[in-house]
Amino acid sequence: MNELANIGVGILAHGESASTCWSCGQMRAAHFCTSCGRVQPPAPADHFAFFGLSRKLNMDVARLERDFYELSRKLHPDLYGTAGSREQEWSLEQTSKLNDAYRTLKDPIARTRYLLHLEGVELEEQSKTATEKARSTGEMKKQIVPPDLLEDVFELNMQLEELRAQKKMGEDDPALMEEIGKQKLSLEGKQETLLNELRGYWNEWDAAAEGDERNKVRDKMVDLLNRRNYIRNLVRDVNDVLEN
Amino acid sequence: MATDRIVGIDLGTTNSLVAYMQGDNPVVIPGDDGLNLVPSVVVLDEHDQIIVGNSARRYLIETPERSVYSIKRLMGRGLEDIQEELKLFPFRLADDLQSGEVLRIKLGEKTFTPPEISAFILRQLKRNAERFFNAPVTKAVITVPAYFNDAQRQATKDAGRIAGLEVLRLVNEPTAASLAYGLDKKQNGIVAVYDLGGGTFDVSILKLHDGIFEVISTNGDTHLGGDDIDNVLIHIALDDIRGDMGTDVSRNGEAVARIRKAVIETKIALSSQVTAHLDVELPEGRRYQREITRAQFEHLIQPIIERTVAPCKQALKDAGLKPEQIDEVVLVGGSTRIPRVRVLVEEMFKRTPHTGLNPDEVVALGAAVQANILAGGSEATENMLLLDVTPLSLGIEVAGGVTDKIILRNSTIPASATQHYTTQIDGQANVAIHVLQGERELAKDCRSLARFDLKGIPPMTAGMPRIEVKFLIDANGILHVSAREQRSGKEAEIEVQPSYGLTDEQVEGMILDSFDYAEEDFRQRQLIEARNEATTILAALEKGKQSPAWGRLTSAEKKQIAKLENSLVEVTREDDYAAIRKGIDTLNQATMRLAELMMDGAVSAALTGKTMDEADLGEGPSAPHPVAKAEFK
Repeated sequence: MNELANIGVGILAHGESASTCWSCGQMRAAHFCTSCGRVQPPAPADHFAFFGLSRKLNMDVARLERDFYELSRKLHPDLYGTAGSREQEWSLEQTSKLNDAYRTLKDPIARTRYLLHLEGVELEEQSKTATEKARSTGEMKKQIVPPDLLEDVFELNMQLEELRAQKKMGEDDPALMEEIGKQKLSLEGKQETLLNELRGYWNEWDAAAEGDERNKVRDKMVDLLNRRNYIRNLVRDVNDVLEN
Repeated sequence: MATDRIVGIDLGTTNSLVAYMQGDNPVVIPGDDGLNLVPSVVVLDEHDQIIVGNSARRYLIETPERSVYSIKRLMGRGLEDIQEELKLFPFRLADDLQSGEVLRIKLGEKTFTPPEISAFILRQLKRNAERFFNAPVTKAVITVPAYFNDAQRQATKDAGRIAGLEVLRLVNEPTAASLAYGLDKKQNGIVAVYDLGGGTFDVSILKLHDGIFEVISTNGDTHLGGDDIDNVLIHIALDDIRGDMGTDVSRNGEAVARIRKAVIETKIALSSQVTAHLDVELPEGRRYQREITRAQFEHLIQPIIERTVAPCKQALKDAGLKPEQIDEVVLVGGSTRIPRVRVLVEEMFKRTPHTGLNPDEVVALGAAVQANILAGGSEATENMLLLDVTPLSLGIEVAGGVTDKIILRNSTIPASATQHYTTQIDGQANVAIHVLQGERELAKDCRSLARFDLKGIPPMTAGMPRIEVKFLIDANGILHVSAREQRSGKEAEIEVQPSYGLTDEQVEGMILDSFDYAEEDFRQRQLIEARNEATTILAALEKGKQSPAWGRLTSAEKKQIAKLENSLVEVTREDDYAAIRKGIDTLNQATMRLAELMMDGAVSAALTGKTMDEADLGEGPSAPHPVAKAEFK
């Protein structure tokens, strides 16, 4: 149960103003009262702050899971089945925040994207607007191909076209399938390499001071995520062709 | 605890059960026939009485046009969704049914929506529980297939309400099963639940950790189950009969019902025998007989049970697990008794499945465990907590008819997402949002959940309003939407048009209508109505006593009224409908003159410019006598 106290303290330490429990009047943690255990009204907090964490990218995921379970045991709607409607509502809202935060933070890519979002970088939105625009105008979506992949991507797209055409005719070319399968493996390997590279940037980010130093790391991460995104879409295309 | 019993209900395609937590163990509550399983069969007999369960089964053959089974297949679905179903099941749709309307099924001359028919089953279970406890039961946890979408869940919740049950939680069937399993085994690890029931298939992968039941992924098919196996056998029999006897009985409801009964018996027999005899008495004294070997049977059902493979693979993939990493596979649902199904599961997960649970009962038992947790828990369920997921991604239609996913499948629920919207033209007051559920890229391939109209946006230049819309999937897997215009801070009004489903008003109406179909319920309704009327008349009398007219009554009149008033109050406490009615009538008579005097007062008050309200007319023209007689236009 010491964990709980720690979460509480951590959150309080992270700039949340301490206040008192609506139910028992004791000092409370951000989400539930450390004294009587009741859920508290939700307060605005980003995903890191919800877990009482500072905005650092290196994360003890096992610890995060433990905290997630412990907080679930305090906040989940199932525990407020017989409570008043106000508490039920808070519990629902707090638990949805908890789940959203946990889902985002436990995944290395989602966590990085989220932190970049907090820093004002909208990766998703950029690509989404581009996608929508491409769809509505009927033009091919322009994606910046990472230069080092240019040659491979060109080759792969040709092969995919060929395979699609063959499949349409009901033909089968095991050699081509095998070649594409190999390319896919290599792309997946690249994804893995990029993830490792990203972990390296995490250390830089966590150690960097605010300002230029951080901005540099930030830009490197944005670039890396865009590349990774590109490869991920490519792998998805390959899977689509191979499976259909 | 005694006052607030919460039961757990498995509302199944083929059978339904009700269970509760007796001490440390969940137990099934039997019906008055002593049986745990209540067949999900509903019949409207010639006297317009509803019959449910075992006693309804014979009507499937005797009066197929007044009977319905497997109604769960139609829950939360629209006419265009069920074309396949209609080919295979004898559902009789209402003749005037329009596309886009909630389905209505004919039982005899009457029509009912799927939630109403499900409510009849729930009402039977409620009665069974009430008889068992000898106390009212008003709260329940009801299970649904994990792969049920929002509309199907909402329809199930509506069914609960129509049956007079407050549905505290919808729990996914495989998850419920895991609760019953975990209560028993109490060990940590990764568990896969393979649930092949009468009409639905689910697979869920869970992590059990010190009492936390965390669903990692789920997948399934809400139209795959034992029913499909029956249908294959029925079609073979029909073909045989057409070939051998030269008669087509496929349009003969009674014949098909007899064949269905026989093939189900054969199917069950083939789980324990290597060969079974199919024997059907057809109309006009003819007989259809044949032998079926288990090998033939397995060959026939292979394409059906193989449809469970892809969902299992997807669930494993979504969980990021290999079959070897699963510690135990738990079998749930009657169809997992089929040896070939067990072999298939064993091949897929590379281990012998756990068959220690009663596949018919375990879901209801798990629902009872969840009910106990919601009621505040007990020693047995202390520390148990279920963390479930949403089975399908939630999306919004964006430009070009594309689905923009905002909550991904297998997200732990409750889950939320926030989206921002703005206007396209100056002064635009409404924004339409189309909410979808499903995994496909294009909106037209996903399931339409609802269309929301954001209304009353303050007039601003195009693009200026910033409307924040919050989508929240609650612990039942049901979507809630709220919106706020951020510049004005105004809550935007949302008008919801569910793509499939009943409005609140429709549900309220059905709650009342449902009372008419069971004698017992009808009496209950009469009693409730009489009590309500008594309350109204007593309240009107109270007001009358405050009016000047009261002073003009003789003391004998006042005494008589007081006496009758007291006796009406007395009988209202009893359950005697006739006595309450009599009390109302006599009090009505005795207060006639008071009403007339009050009316005179009201008229003169009106003439002196007073309004009706000020004339203290109590409930107004629509209230029953003594004031109702005074008609003001």
